[in-house]
Amino acid sequence: MKVFDKLSGIAAPLFKANIDTDAIIPKQYLSTTERTGLGEGLFHEWRRREDGSDNPDFVLNQPQYLGASVLITDENFGCGSSREHAPWALDDFGIRCVIAPGFADIFYNNSLKNGLLPAIVTRQTAETLASLAESHPGPFHIDLEAQTIQAPDQSVHRFEIPPQARANLLAGRDEIGATLEHEAAIAAFEARHDRQPA
Amino acid sequence: MAAKTLYQKLWDAHLVDALPGGEALIYIDLHLIHEVTSPQAFAGLRAAGRKLRRPDRTLAVADHNIPTSGQAGGVATIEDPAARAQVEALIRNRGDFAVPGWGMGERENGIVHVVGPEQGRTRPGMTVVCGDSHTATHGAFAALAFGIGTSEVEHVFATQTLRLSPSKSMAINFTGETPQGVTAKDLALAMIGQIGTAGGTGFVLEYRGPAIERLSMEGRMTLCNMSIEAGARAGLVAADARTLQYLNATPLPPSEEEADGLSHWMSDEGASFDKEVGIDVSALAPMVSWGTSPQDVVPVTGHVPRAQDFAEAGRRNAADRALEYMGLQGGERVQDIAIDRVFIGSCTNSRIEDLRAASAVAKQGRVAAKVRAMVVPGSGLVAAQAEAEGLADTFRAAGFEWREPGCSMCLGMNNDRLAPGERCASTSNRNFEGRQGRGGRTHLMSPAMAAASALTGRITDPREFS
Repeated sequence: MKVFDKLSGIAAPLFKANIDTDAIIPKQYLSTTERTGLGEGLFHEWRRREDGSDNPDFVLNQPQYLGASVLITDENFGCGSSREHAPWALDDFGIRCVIAPGFADIFYNNSLKNGLLPAIVTRQTAETLASLAESHPGPFHIDLEAQTIQAPDQSVHRFEIPPQARANLLAGRDEIGATLEHEAAIAAFEARHDRQPA
Repeated sequence: MAAKTLYQKLWDAHLVDALPGGEALIYIDLHLIHEVTSPQAFAGLRAAGRKLRRPDRTLAVADHNIPTSGQAGGVATIEDPAARAQVEALIRNRGDFAVPGWGMGERENGIVHVVGPEQGRTRPGMTVVCGDSHTATHGAFAALAFGIGTSEVEHVFATQTLRLSPSKSMAINFTGETPQGVTAKDLALAMIGQIGTAGGTGFVLEYRGPAIERLSMEGRMTLCNMSIEAGARAGLVAADARTLQYLNATPLPPSEEEADGLSHWMSDEGASFDKEVGIDVSALAPMVSWGTSPQDVVPVTGHVPRAQDFAEAGRRNAADRALEYMGLQGGERVQDIAIDRVFIGSCTNSRIEDLRAASAVAKQGRVAAKVRAMVVPGSGLVAAQAEAEGLADTFRAAGFEWREPGCSMCLGMNNDRLAPGERCASTSNRNFEGRQGRGGRTHLMSPAMAAASALTGRITDPREFS
């Protein structure tokens, strides 16, 4: 897994609650057997007009947010389906960090497995950061070790992440490899468990 | 010994090892897979040279993107080359890793959350996962069941475990007598309307109370299915005599020893939950969604809310946007809303009982002119039973399209989707923007209400046909 430690980049405000995974990556992009190339479909139905051209009103199409690597959004980001295509699409597009007051559980886990930082802040902080992203051109600086976000006005805001998730992102850890080190415990559990009726 | 919740019992029974940082290694009893979220996990397994640890605890179906007509023609006839490639990849991967299951067109194939229970593979006391958020369905059997992403699918392939942090527990206590015509789908929609689409985030829900005890297993599956729409990864119902009765009718009836042990899979008397919520079902009417989030629900007898009805600014803006997307003004009578399409199906409502309820309405009329209605059974076995009971004939005679099994227009990955602006009465689980097709407008409801709406051409109280 990719390491995440520090990130400096443009932040795009998409301050809307309950952005679901169908909005992040719609169905027509799910018929793939690859993890890459999904950036093309990111927010497709908002980003593109029906004729396929760019929708100039959508935040990621606006010149000041081109190349954004941070997204600032509202409550319950990533709700809906379990499709890991959502973090794959964000990552492929170049988004490495999503800042929000809350995330849907499965999306949150999926992000962590892909080196994409889901940074949790209070709703007020998210709102403040979203308006700073509009009013102050310039990069945001995110430091995972310190759990801080420095906005372009130099203000510094703390974000929350469970210690284990932070350690995994910082180390870019292969979780399957780490779990396989528990082989003896798994085998012992199976020996007991397989004998049970259910 | 301290009283335990059902969730705690399930967790404790599957604890393999403690991990640093409060995580635990939890054993997975049953891993259901399908064509859309598994190919990258198999690729990862191959790339790392790892084995699939327990093919016998893995079960595959093809459901998400398959067509709902002409399945007998075989995989080669799937029109969309990308969808075809996914179905073919699943066949290849099943062969390479010896994974049992069924493919498109086989009688036992169907929607993963219909097939698992129907085949008796979902059992009380199990942990069940699948790369699909509606895995919560299996919680109806007192199994800890939840959706996972593809990286976790690969993790289960390689280790038969997941690294998890414990969830909090929430009791949803349904009190009162369920009125005539109010179904499990209505309970689900009312519950989501009450606690909100993020109300269950971080929790495992346990549905309790007399109204739940009276629900059939199909009804419990419908309710647990939509736990994710309330933000909860899992929903649970205690095992009881109905659970046993259902299992006895599957191809894998429980042994006496297992049957005797089922009563363990309930919360102990006096077990404490992190949160408790009460819902009085006696006051409920059949429910329907008006907006673009499953929390946007009203009784079918009510009116669409106006944006200004919402006090909080965020909610007001969302309602404004939802009304615009849905082509509604706000304030109109729900039953005045005309529909173009009807979809009866999905892992929420495609089981035999759902089809019986819809057919009981369908036999009282004909699909309205200008309405296109389709019924998509949850599995080949459900389809066969519906044929045998005459339900399929009823649907066909009333002008419904009787299709072949699959996820179909719930998510529109195959050709079954809405055109921009089309309005659909749907028994599925999500009314998100674009979910059933770009610009499509979805109203979530029960099978009986969807059938009633098909006959009248507008959203209709199914009690008019009872």
